[in-house]
Amino acid sequence: MAKQYEFSSKGLPYLLVLPQMLVVFVFFFWPAAQAVFQSFFLQDPFGGRMIFVGAENYTTLFKDPTYWASFGRSFLYAGLVAFSAMAMALFLAVQANKQIRGASFYKTMLIWPYAVATMVAGVLWIFMFNPNIGVVAYFLKHSLGVEWNHLLNAGQAFLLVTIAAAWKQVAYNFVFFLAGLQSVPAALVEAAAIDGAGPTKRFWTIVFPLLSPTTFYLLVMNVVYGFFETFPIIHQATQGGPGQATNILVYKVWRDGVVNLDLGGSSAQSVVLMILVIGLTVVQFRFIERKVTY
Amino acid sequence: MTEHSRIRRILPHVWLWLAIAVIVFPIFLVFIASTHTNADILAAPMPLKPGSHFLENYGRALSEGTENLGASAWTMMKNSLIMALGIAVGKIVVSLLAAYAIVFFKFPGRSFCFWAIFITLMLPVEVRIMPTYKVISDLGMLNSYAGLILPMIVSATAVFLFRQFFMSVPREIAEASQIDGASPMAFFTEILIPMTRTPIAAMFVIQFIYGWNQYLWPLLITTKEKYYTLLIGINRMLAGADVLVEWQIVMATTLLAMIPPVLVVVFMQKQFVAGMTDTEK
Repeated sequence: MAKQYEFSSKGLPYLLVLPQMLVVFVFFFWPAAQAVFQSFFLQDPFGGRMIFVGAENYTTLFKDPTYWASFGRSFLYAGLVAFSAMAMALFLAVQANKQIRGASFYKTMLIWPYAVATMVAGVLWIFMFNPNIGVVAYFLKHSLGVEWNHLLNAGQAFLLVTIAAAWKQVAYNFVFFLAGLQSVPAALVEAAAIDGAGPTKRFWTIVFPLLSPTTFYLLVMNVVYGFFETFPIIHQATQGGPGQATNILVYKVWRDGVVNLDLGGSSAQSVVLMILVIGLTVVQFRFIERKVTY
Repeated sequence: MTEHSRIRRILPHVWLWLAIAVIVFPIFLVFIASTHTNADILAAPMPLKPGSHFLENYGRALSEGTENLGASAWTMMKNSLIMALGIAVGKIVVSLLAAYAIVFFKFPGRSFCFWAIFITLMLPVEVRIMPTYKVISDLGMLNSYAGLILPMIVSATAVFLFRQFFMSVPREIAEASQIDGASPMAFFTEILIPMTRTPIAAMFVIQFIYGWNQYLWPLLITTKEKYYTLLIGINRMLAGADVLVEWQIVMATTLLAMIPPVLVVVFMQKQFVAGMTDTEK
């Protein structure tokens, strides 16, 4: 970067960053440190008694087959959510980016669901699929002969939360893909058309590669979303069940900590998750910075 | 473009309408359910045409909520609004100051501050839920607006966006203001902030929606009805067996919970889209 003009002042910059640093320290670094600290102790949930157990919480965690199962499930779930939400959004963005009548109406209609809370998405889908009163569950049963009960059927539960999570995320991805498509130079695409490349070939050989920065950015954001931010859907729709069918990692942290009061174990899980997210953040950040400075 | 056949022209419309149908159908059902009595909804399948209990259901939801809830949608809407505005405004103010310091000043510890802030860029509260809860409880902020708002101001998205924008501001402006004898704070409030109007508006939309839609955090720290937000109210109303749930009130409340953020996105769509895609660049 070129040498730039900078203010010189002794106290002022510290005063300016102080509020942000204060919230970051009190509400991020302090809790994070406590999580690390607690993960080395066994705590009596009712009293203040703490017993130092070293790395035992971690070894118990890593030896626990249900934890690894939850890990695998989370990856499968986040992967499915990311893939389907991104594929749908890209497809729709390509359609809406064509020179068609009513394009701006379509755009608005596909963007506004961004405002729907993840929790509300969960409520919408359990209402449709409620085994007793859901309209879609009724239709599945009486027209297609499919007995729908996501409270008993593990596969159906997993499917339901995946669809609900993807449904909610399409609007977010749509915004980015549309912006990406609009910045693809039309001349490039037209040149390929003149050279005789059909629309499918033009898309995969020219447009899609040009979209790759957007796609990469969205991939990370979608995985983070699926992994961590779909808690409300799970909580609302299946509570991690039936059995362990939808017990993804963030839900497990919550269930073990808040419901089962295993503070040491829950803290150890938090630490593992934090390392995971920070790793993803660094990857994402490196990538963004490289794009900015060229 | 080269293709002009009829199917090629119609097909995009078909796909887009199909997508809109999939998006709208669940919300349509919510609306329909909110205009019927609970008995109509429980007698599966529920009707697919609007019923005649619209005013009654929304009136009850707004004034008292369901039987066991103890909070009206009116109160909960007020709480959601306070939380959303608190998060949006708080985050914007704090982030503007921090970004200004990081971009325009040279001071020892700058890169430390930078990394300390940016490490939180994508860290959702879900991940650090128990320890944050403990901190808030130690600070005596359970069941308070401060407890609802402050931990949500942490993440660095807004600092990041403002930093990007500030870096694109020509430094000659800053230099000139110094030569003219303006203090750094005067430059900030009188020149830089007015220039940042658009990113601020964009951030406001994004953070308002983020704040309004917070769920796990309020779920943990609000045990008093007085502090329930709309989403927490919906969760509490849905707890229990299907037959005991007053679906018509739940659905009316759900619709009420969706309206404000949707309006914000629809009316500020341009700023919103610009703000979202600028964070990526």
